[in-house]
Amino acid sequence: MKKIKNIKSKQKDNSENQETTPRLELCNITKIYPSVIANDSINLKVAPGEIHAVLGENGAGKSTLMKIIYGVVKPDKGQVLWHGKSRNIINPAYARKLGIGMVFQHFSLFETLTVAENIALAMENQNKTEKLSKKIIEVSEKYGLAVEPERLVHSLPVGLRQRVEIVRCLIQNPKLLIMDEPTSVLTPQAIEKMFVTLRKLSKEGCSILYISHKLNEILELCDKATIIRNGKVIGYATPADETPSSLAKMMIGKELPVCSENRKKIQPKKLLEISNLSKSKDNQFGTSLNNISFNVHSREILGIAGISGNGQHELINSIVGESLSEKPEDIIICEKPAGNFAPDQRRNIGLGFVPEDRLGTGAVPGMNLMYNYFLTGHRQNLVKLGMICFKKTFELAQKCISSFDVKCGSYNDQITSLSGGNVQKFITGREILQNPKLFIVVQPTWGVDIGAANVIRQSIIDLRNQGTGVLLVSEELDELFEVCDRLIVIAKGHISPSLNVKETTKNEIGEWMSGMFPGGPAELMKENLAK
Amino acid sequence: MLFKIEPRPDPSKKMKYLSPLIAVVMMLITGLIIFLILGKNPVSAFHAFFIEPVNDFYGLGELIIKASPLMLIGVGLTVGFRANIWNIGAEGQLAMGAVFAGGIAIYFSNSTSVFIIPFMFIAGAFGGMLWACIPAFLKTEFNANEILVSLMLNYVGILILSLLTHGYWKDPNGYGFPQSILFSESALLPILIEGTRLHAGIIISFLAIFIGWIFLLKSFIGFQLQVSGLAYNAASYAGFKYKKMVWFGLLAGGLAAGLAGVSEISGPIGQLLPSVSPGYGFAAIIVAFVGRLHPGGIFLSSLLVALLYLGGESVQMNLDLPSAVTGIFQGMLLFYLLAADFLINFRFKVKSKL
Amino acid sequence: MNIDILLNIFVATIAAGTPLVYAALGELITEKSGVLNLGVEGMMLVGAISGFIAMAKTGSLVFAVLCGMAAGILMSLIFAFLVLTLMANQVASGLALTIFGIGISAFIGIDYTSVALKGIPPLNIPFLSDIPFIGRIFFSYDILIYLSLVLLTGIIFFLYKSRAGLILRAIGENPKSGHALGFSVIGIRYLAVIFGGAMAGIGGVYLAVLYTPMWVEGMVAGRGWISIALVVFATWRPLRVIAGAYLFGGVTIIQFHIQGFGIEISSQFLCMLPYLATIIVLVIISRNKNTIRLNSPASLGTTYHPATN
Repeated sequence: MKKIKNIKSKQKDNSENQETTPRLELCNITKIYPSVIANDSINLKVAPGEIHAVLGENGAGKSTLMKIIYGVVKPDKGQVLWHGKSRNIINPAYARKLGIGMVFQHFSLFETLTVAENIALAMENQNKTEKLSKKIIEVSEKYGLAVEPERLVHSLPVGLRQRVEIVRCLIQNPKLLIMDEPTSVLTPQAIEKMFVTLRKLSKEGCSILYISHKLNEILELCDKATIIRNGKVIGYATPADETPSSLAKMMIGKELPVCSENRKKIQPKKLLEISNLSKSKDNQFGTSLNNISFNVHSREILGIAGISGNGQHELINSIVGESLSEKPEDIIICEKPAGNFAPDQRRNIGLGFVPEDRLGTGAVPGMNLMYNYFLTGHRQNLVKLGMICFKKTFELAQKCISSFDVKCGSYNDQITSLSGGNVQKFITGREILQNPKLFIVVQPTWGVDIGAANVIRQSIIDLRNQGTGVLLVSEELDELFEVCDRLIVIAKGHISPSLNVKETTKNEIGEWMSGMFPGGPAELMKENLAK
Repeated sequence: MLFKIEPRPDPSKKMKYLSPLIAVVMMLITGLIIFLILGKNPVSAFHAFFIEPVNDFYGLGELIIKASPLMLIGVGLTVGFRANIWNIGAEGQLAMGAVFAGGIAIYFSNSTSVFIIPFMFIAGAFGGMLWACIPAFLKTEFNANEILVSLMLNYVGILILSLLTHGYWKDPNGYGFPQSILFSESALLPILIEGTRLHAGIIISFLAIFIGWIFLLKSFIGFQLQVSGLAYNAASYAGFKYKKMVWFGLLAGGLAAGLAGVSEISGPIGQLLPSVSPGYGFAAIIVAFVGRLHPGGIFLSSLLVALLYLGGESVQMNLDLPSAVTGIFQGMLLFYLLAADFLINFRFKVKSKL
Repeated sequence: MNIDILLNIFVATIAAGTPLVYAALGELITEKSGVLNLGVEGMMLVGAISGFIAMAKTGSLVFAVLCGMAAGILMSLIFAFLVLTLMANQVASGLALTIFGIGISAFIGIDYTSVALKGIPPLNIPFLSDIPFIGRIFFSYDILIYLSLVLLTGIIFFLYKSRAGLILRAIGENPKSGHALGFSVIGIRYLAVIFGGAMAGIGGVYLAVLYTPMWVEGMVAGRGWISIALVVFATWRPLRVIAGAYLFGGVTIIQFHIQGFGIEISSQFLCMLPYLATIIVLVIISRNKNTIRLNSPASLGTTYHPATN
């Protein structure tokens, strides 16, 4: 065992001298989709034991490239060299055989199966269950990634699910580990822990391809970086020699845009009052809400931080009316008890809502922009005697397109022909044009390119400045700190006290995200133990 | 492989209209092959199937008589289908419409009132809707799958009709045949055009096409149905009530099927029989799909499917082929349509040599 | 009422339930892969007439079963091609399959409506079949009934003990992840649909060749649909499928005996019983949304194709 380690560390030394053949080399990888060139002649080298960042905006083509390496997507052109030999990676099974493991951004786990079953599925040579369980525990202890083999995946929080994915890769002793945006589900503290694991792996000689759009992470972790923009390699960099802004410039081709501030004083008028809202989860996959109370005032943006799956979904559903409360006073919207109101009634009293899922919830795939405007815009007097007023609808859709810089051909375009960022601008614009008094936004810039993200954030800020109260749910701490006035944290269905953004730090919020806040789940657990 | 399949960046509008035509052509080609295999001269077989039934005035009238219930039920079912609410119980709903209306006709067989016909239509509409209520209620209150419930009710509805025609409502002077008395003049629909059997019931069907057109394509509730079908989550996000959609979708189908049942018994049939429909309730599903869930398309496709019915009868008489050929053609038509729809979202591209 | 009548009812119940056992177990596997095939009725009909013709021509039960299976497979392949390769709507395609199956079976069977088959005597197992009571309850059936129990055991083992079964369940829950791990989602689903077709075919053969035995147009009479309902009723568990199938067999058999018990009731009312029972059972099991959500394969009825991702 020791011997192997020595050889591996030697390899690492060699790689620093840049003499050995790279573990992975991509030559002119090209992938063309009918509407877009996802990868355009991409070249990339990863040395043994190197942590290599692939940096790019949303939609730059990073994920496609990784799927090509893992054999999920076939390239149209180009070569993949593995240890210097050209390989045709026909499927993931072959990739795993070569020693490539991948942790997907949207996990590739099966919720109704156990951890062990999930791991067994990725192993071609079937192990006996007990043997496998032993091995899982062995590997997870070695890397500080404790998982229980017999647990059903749906009962695990997101962070643990990611662990299962990582363990599933590590159990096969990979020589290259691909990680696609792995930190979006972790608290800052958990990210630190994961970096320790990754560095350990790298020391043992495992190469890591690290996909991210978060610059500070890359500066902290990675040895080398390849920057991709619009499917092309823009340049290679050594993060140690760069600053966040120099990397950002390479990534988006210009300086990072910043939202203009113009904050005003908080006024006391309460637009949303939630008091002692409790709801038991309606199915095994959900989270219960525990005695939740908070307010949103006019002219403020209240942010909810938290790892996804901690009750955000249930809380938002309760606020917008997709799940009703028995007591109307649980939720007071614009001074009206609305806990038992249906979604359209709540909209009628001034609620606007941009949901997390865009195509399929916020917009209807298969309909054009005009009809998609009508979806919620119909309350702007667009229905007469039960009939749709097409002319007025089209005018408003047109207004939405032009005021929010939605890039499209015309209102007649199918919503599905727009890019993610433009869909989100359209949905946000549609909701804002209805002059909401209370505006709920969930993950507004997730998966959106930086330009569109900036337009969206700015329009949320402008809306706040006009007096609207905004509730913003996001998993991105950077975004919350940039846009919000106050922050609260949700963990295991509990809500923390609120903090003024200027008086707190990302570290504090990060700690709270794991439940360690006054009255939070961690404290309650201790109390219960004490009893 | 010479061709490669790739998704279109945008669904093709052209293909949306072309694919039913492609399906018809493919059906005809397959039909040709079937006739050849059966050793029939394809020209005379085609003539017998597609031309013979409609080569005179009377035949055209028959075509419209057959198309009438199909377009009526087709439009009714479309209301639900657009919202992904699958009412496949139209056959039973039609039977129940016939039962309720037939009851009126039999009970008032001595009356000469002009109100008998309207009364029958109201009763028939009620019967069809009553039968559609059951799956709607069970779906909204107990989450029971409407496909299976409405389908099971087909059998039950038809058995009720059979029970009545074999029993309580059997014509005492009918030599023991399971059928009711012949309806009196006041319970029969007037003939519209001399020399044909075209009855006033077709007015209802044409009206249904017109109303359906406005309702489905221009009204707010039509929009809500469409959204529920395309994206369930978007409908609940926008606050459209799914339960309302379920009731609407099923009741519209039940209403249409019930009315069609009345038109059949007070039109071409003129009495209650154990079977009042040669599968109109199922054929209307094909009509709705081939018509692209659009009233205009349904009008055209109902004529086509009606022709398949007439053609089946015609080849049975002229070529000694079983009329079950109709069912094969109907099934094939729907198969080919579903297959051709592939071209809306995908295209074939010649593979270039890389 | 004597014990003999009860025994007869019991034995007849098992026979009446067997076509459902085959068809529903087949549909169970299809659905476990995430595909909803509503064409069971059509596949059973085509299987029934094919098996019937084969039996009438050759007199060989084995050949009849093989023909029925082949016919069911051919039908299921049409469906599979539509929904898996061409990504057509599964509900519409299943309906089309049923309509087509009704039409084509009536067409093929036109010359066989008055043909009588010799019934096939149950297996006579030496000694065992002669044991009073026990022999009647356990050893008085035909070979296909025993085979259906073997099939059940095989399916339970396959689903819960084998790697292939694990893959099937995984694909049915999340085809996207399955694809990402390198499984051929479409290939696996093809196999599952074909298996469903073959089993529906045997179900049809059993009905036409062993149970009735004769051919009547549309003779499956909703059993295909009841099989689909049974899978829901069983919350996608094989053992419950078979229990449900025998329950329905019992409801069917009661029809024939109820008048014997001296109850005056018209035959049409009795004919309604299985259909009404299906509705009632569906309502009872669907009432709790969570049981359905937790047990049904999560991707059931939705189209998946790697090209669209």
